[in-house]
Amino acid sequence: MENIDEIKTINEELTGLFQEHVHDIRKNSPEFINAKREEAFADFKKLGLPSQNIEEYRYMDFGKLFKGNYTQLYEPQKLTVDFSSLFKCNVPELDSYIIVLVNGRYYRSDLKFKFPKGVLIGGLSQLSKEHPEIMETYYNKYAGSENNGLAALNTAFAQDGLFIYIPKNTEIEKPIQIINILVYEKDFMVHPRNFIMADDSSSAKIVVCDHTLTPWKYLTNSVTEIILGNNARLDIYNIQDENNSSAHINSVFVNQSSGSAFVSNIASIHGGTIRNNIHVTLDGERSEANIFGLYLTDRKQHIDNFTFVDHAKPNCVSSQLYKGVLDDEATGAFNGKILVRKDAQNTNAFQKNNNVLLTNEARMNTKPQLEIYADDVKCSHGATVGQINEDALFYMRSRGISEKEARLMLMYAFAFEVIGKINFAPLQERITDLVDKRLRGELSRCSNCVVNCR
Amino acid sequence: MLTIKNLKAGINGKEILKGIDIFVKEGEVHAIMGPNGSGKSTLAAVLAGRELFKVTEGEVSYFGKNLLEMKPENRARAGIFLGFQYPIEIPGVSMVNFMRAAVNEHRKFRGLNPLSSSDFLKLMREKKELVEIDSKLTNRSVNEGFSGGEKKKNEIFQMAMLEPKLAILDETDSGLDIDALRVVANGVNKLKTKENSTIVITHYQRLLDYIVPDFVHVLYKGRIVKSAGKELAFELEEKGYDWIKKELGEE
Repeated sequence: MENIDEIKTINEELTGLFQEHVHDIRKNSPEFINAKREEAFADFKKLGLPSQNIEEYRYMDFGKLFKGNYTQLYEPQKLTVDFSSLFKCNVPELDSYIIVLVNGRYYRSDLKFKFPKGVLIGGLSQLSKEHPEIMETYYNKYAGSENNGLAALNTAFAQDGLFIYIPKNTEIEKPIQIINILVYEKDFMVHPRNFIMADDSSSAKIVVCDHTLTPWKYLTNSVTEIILGNNARLDIYNIQDENNSSAHINSVFVNQSSGSAFVSNIASIHGGTIRNNIHVTLDGERSEANIFGLYLTDRKQHIDNFTFVDHAKPNCVSSQLYKGVLDDEATGAFNGKILVRKDAQNTNAFQKNNNVLLTNEARMNTKPQLEIYADDVKCSHGATVGQINEDALFYMRSRGISEKEARLMLMYAFAFEVIGKINFAPLQERITDLVDKRLRGELSRCSNCVVNCR
Repeated sequence: MLTIKNLKAGINGKEILKGIDIFVKEGEVHAIMGPNGSGKSTLAAVLAGRELFKVTEGEVSYFGKNLLEMKPENRARAGIFLGFQYPIEIPGVSMVNFMRAAVNEHRKFRGLNPLSSSDFLKLMREKKELVEIDSKLTNRSVNEGFSGGEKKKNEIFQMAMLEPKLAILDETDSGLDIDALRVVANGVNKLKTKENSTIVITHYQRLLDYIVPDFVHVLYKGRIVKSAGKELAFELEEKGYDWIKKELGEE
């Protein structure tokens, strides 16, 4: 259980760090971001890091996570290594635009890209200054730091991250691949801030790969705001593959307008502690959200998925599917909430969380929740925690398949329901391969990447 | 090929098999009959290596090797096949991948290279025709959503793919209509050679009209109480199991 004094000390330390470095933190941001920063800092002073007494953070010990001697950087690094030469992460089939962020800051993209007119992709610090008209209205609008200590902390400290804007009626066919690299020579903390806006009737696919290049402790507290205009379509696939002493708190806030469709599919492959907060507001009629997650954990990993789907308008559809395999002493939590507001008639909401525990020591806590205020609603939710099916295992062995292989095939079959939701064949193949290797206990980093991530 | 001597086995401390003796030679068909709860399925499961059941006494040798020390997968690779009474559904594992894994494990055991994709699919096609199984079934997950009859046909299909030396068919006839029964029996007969043997476990004599046994054993309360030629099956059909009970002095 957490130590209240410990959290208090950490909150004071973080507050002190902000005050000490506020000049540098503000330096590369436009005024509208710094204004939000001030508000968020005041919020954080009030809120601090979430306590385990709050139901949705019950299995997260932030005191333990934030304790330690983390370095934060308040000015952009002068990188001496040319990371671009190291990256060959795209398997031949995955023909993508590659964007690299190092330690939470935009690093480079391939300049040969020819994006359709009006598309903006780059660093948040730079593009927020160059194009305030896009961001000013929305920055921190949906992340709302007034009742969320983690988001407040991010908004206070955030200096850079990813910025993507897809203009109206624009379709980007090739996926945009974001490679998030953490590389430092000490324990390191960072608060990346990402902003993605798909304007009316635009569409894009984004693949986010999170990596650590050195075995230090990394703590990422990222916030991503995503805005979908009318009839926009956006798919985000996230491969979380960081070292097992790292912690990643990934908070995503999505706002959807009428007729829009959003997909989030997170494959958590490695990482010491992973917390995904996915908040989706279906804020326009006939919008659709599909939120999927697959987590494969072992040793002392902890995976914590929190989802909140807010059906604010009628005639919307949401579906959530989270599946996980927990081995050794791994622990996990799923806390999924569906809110159907009074006027959100003809809502269709679905949620499922299935888990397989491979040992007696592995633990999973799952809590689906429905809160419904409309009367014409179709909702279903369910959660299971079980073991490998012994009958199926014996059936396979009785055909000559070894126990190990049979187990793998069964785990793989279990996981495939989530992978199968990736409706982009090359990426599906790649993640399939990654999952297969992970389940086999082989090194699971992106198969073609020459960088040793762990 | 198979010698079962004084085999005793049970589950959770409850003894089900109370001393079984059976000798199976190459090319023979043995039928094991008996009323419900006599231990027929337990015997099949023990032979296939189901760890749920604990062998407490006796021995089973298979081609001179101690079968009871072998893992289920090694028994299968050495040529033992169990046709399940209730085949298991495995959502997410396709029939093709399942069979490919099984066939290639068998090949590896015999020192052969894995089959190429095209050779494997060709083999599947041949065997599907042989056992008259609907092509669509093999494109689905293992047994998922199969009807009772389809599941049993699928067992025979798997048997055809793996070409066992000793097939143990546990109540393969249960739940089959007469047409499906004929298909299943035909499959078994087509796969019959002078070298391989079959143990047919059944409650009814019906299946034995199609698969003609050399020997019939009656299993009752965990013991073989009667062994004879195929005529014993007819006698059982006519007189019912009560006749056996009476002979044993039970009411």
